[in-house]
Amino acid sequence: MSAIQTINKKLVGFFCLALLAGPTSAWADYALNMTKGVTKISEEVYDLHMLVLIICTVVGIGVFGVIIYSLINHRKSKGAVAAQFHESTTVEVIWTTIPLVILILIAIPATGTLLKIEDSSDADVTIKVTGWQWKWQYDYLDENVSFFSSLSEASNKARQRDSGINVYDVKHYLLSVNEPIVVPVNKKVRILTTSNDVIHAWWVPALGLKRDAIPGYINESWFKAEKTGTYRGQCAELCGKDHGFMPIVVEVVDQDKYKQWVVAKQEQAIAEAAASGKAMSKSELMARGEKVYKGNCMACHQDKGQGLPPMFPALAGSKIATGPVKAHMDIVIHGKPGTAMQAFAQQLNDADLAAVITYERNSWGNSAGMVQPSDVKAAR
Amino acid sequence: MSTATATHDQHDHHPTGITRWLFTTNHKDIGTLYLWFSFIMLLTGGAMAMVIRAELLYPGMQVVDPNFFNMMTTMHGLIMVFGAIMPATVGLANWLIPMMIGAPDMALPRMNNWSFWILPFAALMLVAPMFMGGNFSSGQGPAFGWTFYQPLSGQYDKLAFFIFAVHLLGLSSIMGSINIIATILNMRAPGMTLMKMPLFVWTWLITAFLLIAVMPVLAGAVTMMLTDKYFGTSFFHAAGGGDPVLFQHVFWFFGHPEVYIMILPAFGIVSQIIPTFSRKPLFGYASMVYATAAIAFLSFIVWAHHMFTVGMPVAGELYFMYATVMIAVPTAVKVFNWTATMWKGSLTFETPMLWAVAFVFLFTIGGFTGLMLGVAPADFQYHDTYFVVAHFHYVLVTGALFAIIAAVYYWLPKWTGHMYDEKLAKIHFWVSAISVNVLFFPQHFLGLAGMPRRIPDYAVQFADWNFVSSIGGFVFGLSQILFLFIVIKTIRGGAKATDRVWDSADGLEWTVPSPAPYHTFETAPEIK
Repeated sequence: MSAIQTINKKLVGFFCLALLAGPTSAWADYALNMTKGVTKISEEVYDLHMLVLIICTVVGIGVFGVIIYSLINHRKSKGAVAAQFHESTTVEVIWTTIPLVILILIAIPATGTLLKIEDSSDADVTIKVTGWQWKWQYDYLDENVSFFSSLSEASNKARQRDSGINVYDVKHYLLSVNEPIVVPVNKKVRILTTSNDVIHAWWVPALGLKRDAIPGYINESWFKAEKTGTYRGQCAELCGKDHGFMPIVVEVVDQDKYKQWVVAKQEQAIAEAAASGKAMSKSELMARGEKVYKGNCMACHQDKGQGLPPMFPALAGSKIATGPVKAHMDIVIHGKPGTAMQAFAQQLNDADLAAVITYERNSWGNSAGMVQPSDVKAAR
Repeated sequence: MSTATATHDQHDHHPTGITRWLFTTNHKDIGTLYLWFSFIMLLTGGAMAMVIRAELLYPGMQVVDPNFFNMMTTMHGLIMVFGAIMPATVGLANWLIPMMIGAPDMALPRMNNWSFWILPFAALMLVAPMFMGGNFSSGQGPAFGWTFYQPLSGQYDKLAFFIFAVHLLGLSSIMGSINIIATILNMRAPGMTLMKMPLFVWTWLITAFLLIAVMPVLAGAVTMMLTDKYFGTSFFHAAGGGDPVLFQHVFWFFGHPEVYIMILPAFGIVSQIIPTFSRKPLFGYASMVYATAAIAFLSFIVWAHHMFTVGMPVAGELYFMYATVMIAVPTAVKVFNWTATMWKGSLTFETPMLWAVAFVFLFTIGGFTGLMLGVAPADFQYHDTYFVVAHFHYVLVTGALFAIIAAVYYWLPKWTGHMYDEKLAKIHFWVSAISVNVLFFPQHFLGLAGMPRRIPDYAVQFADWNFVSSIGGFVFGLSQILFLFIVIKTIRGGAKATDRVWDSADGLEWTVPSPAPYHTFETAPEIK
């Protein structure tokens, strides 16, 4: 599309909304309006939004109409002579009362919807969502399923400055993750949000759900998706450097598929736990370490270990990554308080930690030996 | 009093050069200093907005890194709120309040000098960390949003600069407010009863009380941050038994009145300008005063509508929703009164009037979206999206800033003795008024479509509107350079302004010569 076409398209959309005339179908292409979503709540919220928008538009047309009439007809250049009235208690009382009545009319349905939003009782599935800088951790409390979900590798590569990648070629750019959460359709899913570091907010527009994830708090909310499909969202509370890069993907599937997914996740966890203690060769460690590095460390320490000094130090040639292995393991496992360096003890298993430390000690010109999962276990 | 000052008759003697400005206690000089300071800050904050819009012009990261982007959004917000809008309205208060109430100067002139001269140092302390990274692109300015939520702001390692800058800004504001209240309550000319005061004086009197009430709260919040960061306390640290949400309550108890601190003087300005160019008295003067007071009162009891998503009890959410939408009532009364003032007037559209009318239209749009945001269930979708960004830019740019620009055009002939270039000023208006809507109106769509605020890069479905918004932003930004040119041109020369300047301008400031002499009303005027 040429630039002119783009601009034309935009202008048309602009006037569509300004007029608020036509049916909503004309808006769909431009994403001008709030989504109706796939839950009862999101639909109610949409209706409430439209109600207030229409009331505002009608009042706006009325008031602006009077002003514009005045601007056109009461001009000095048209010979208008100023009247000198400047007070009327009756008029003041009328135009104080009318807005008050309108507000009450808005408040009644809003109260009903709010009470429904805040009723998260009788949930079928409960998922604890923990915000981390900058990824999400999901714990299915009754199913014993737990994993981290972060920006997909393709998006992460493309979003680096001067990556040379056309972001239009990346599928669901910035809205895709390495591992989505899976939930059953037509079931009440309770979301418990909390955080490990700073405040985040878990938001999926189609589910009509946004809730802050706050350290020290567990916030309750819920959704019941009525249509299968993939729904995407983002962190909505500024949480530091990569706030824009921690998307949320929710796959709503039918009940059977959900059950299969849970079983598969549980089996995968058992297999990983068994493998985690085993010794690995250097090439195994390096391959696994590179993957872990990209998913967890690269955002700050960068793809060639050069970091973003002074806030995010380089690893290539650094004292930590080439010095005593004990100090290196300590900082990766336990983090560094008061900085953005997190403790990875809970996020990664022994094998992943051993692999990533080995990778950091043997990449970008570093050459400082291997670490085995058993070493990590001892250092925890 | 009058015998003491009588000896100064007709003597505009004062130091010249830099010492005139450093040591001045003259309300007009100090007003000028405030206005220039705020204009420099406006351009600084505006330049940061240009960086933001340049990064958002296309999807993908092209111009800056994410941390630098966050630094830009943070500094843009802080500089515009504390550096541009607030000092500009204080500058107008300094210039105008003594002349409007027939007083020779502010009540506390030496403190007035200090109130201003704290500001440049506060601003320097605020921006200094931006230059501490070795090179500019790795600057270490604050990057946690102008709301500096805990615990994110606690991760920042140069927090002390920020905290002391806020303390100084608060100190300046509190002293300025005390001065304004003391002046208005004690120095009105005989016969100038409270209910005869121009509305600009009324709105500033109420604003000053708001400032005195909430600035200490802000100071408390940053002091708790300071001890959390450097002295091992845990006011806001969950791990130490503190509460990160407490920070938000304290911040917004300051923050919500703060938005009215920025808009109430704008209401006052517009209430001065519209009657002049309608050639008709302001409709409903008394109800305008009561509406201002009502808005100020309500501003203290609605703060948590900024926090609907933090997980308040449902009773709290309901209360804050009801209280918030109530603000629509006095605000609507104001808009209706301005409309009734223009109704059956004899309107002309000199530049100040154009800005004032644009204010009424565009501020009202910001008011509508404010009402929408106040509806809690819908706010769950709007919160922290570009819909919010559009909302507060409509009330603060096309609201507060437009009113300030209107005020500058309206009183510039009184200040300089010269008429501004009407043709250039009209170009400035039309370019600004159109581009500002191209800039901010599409942001409503972006927010509704699901684009969060404060992100340096976005999914490709948001690309079109971001492009439009950025283009509008560049034009709006550039058109303010024209404003600077017009103001300088007016100071240096131009058609001689009459004392009254506008044919039906009403008020004591129009009874003194143009330019206003260095000392005015050394003998109090008689108010009929």
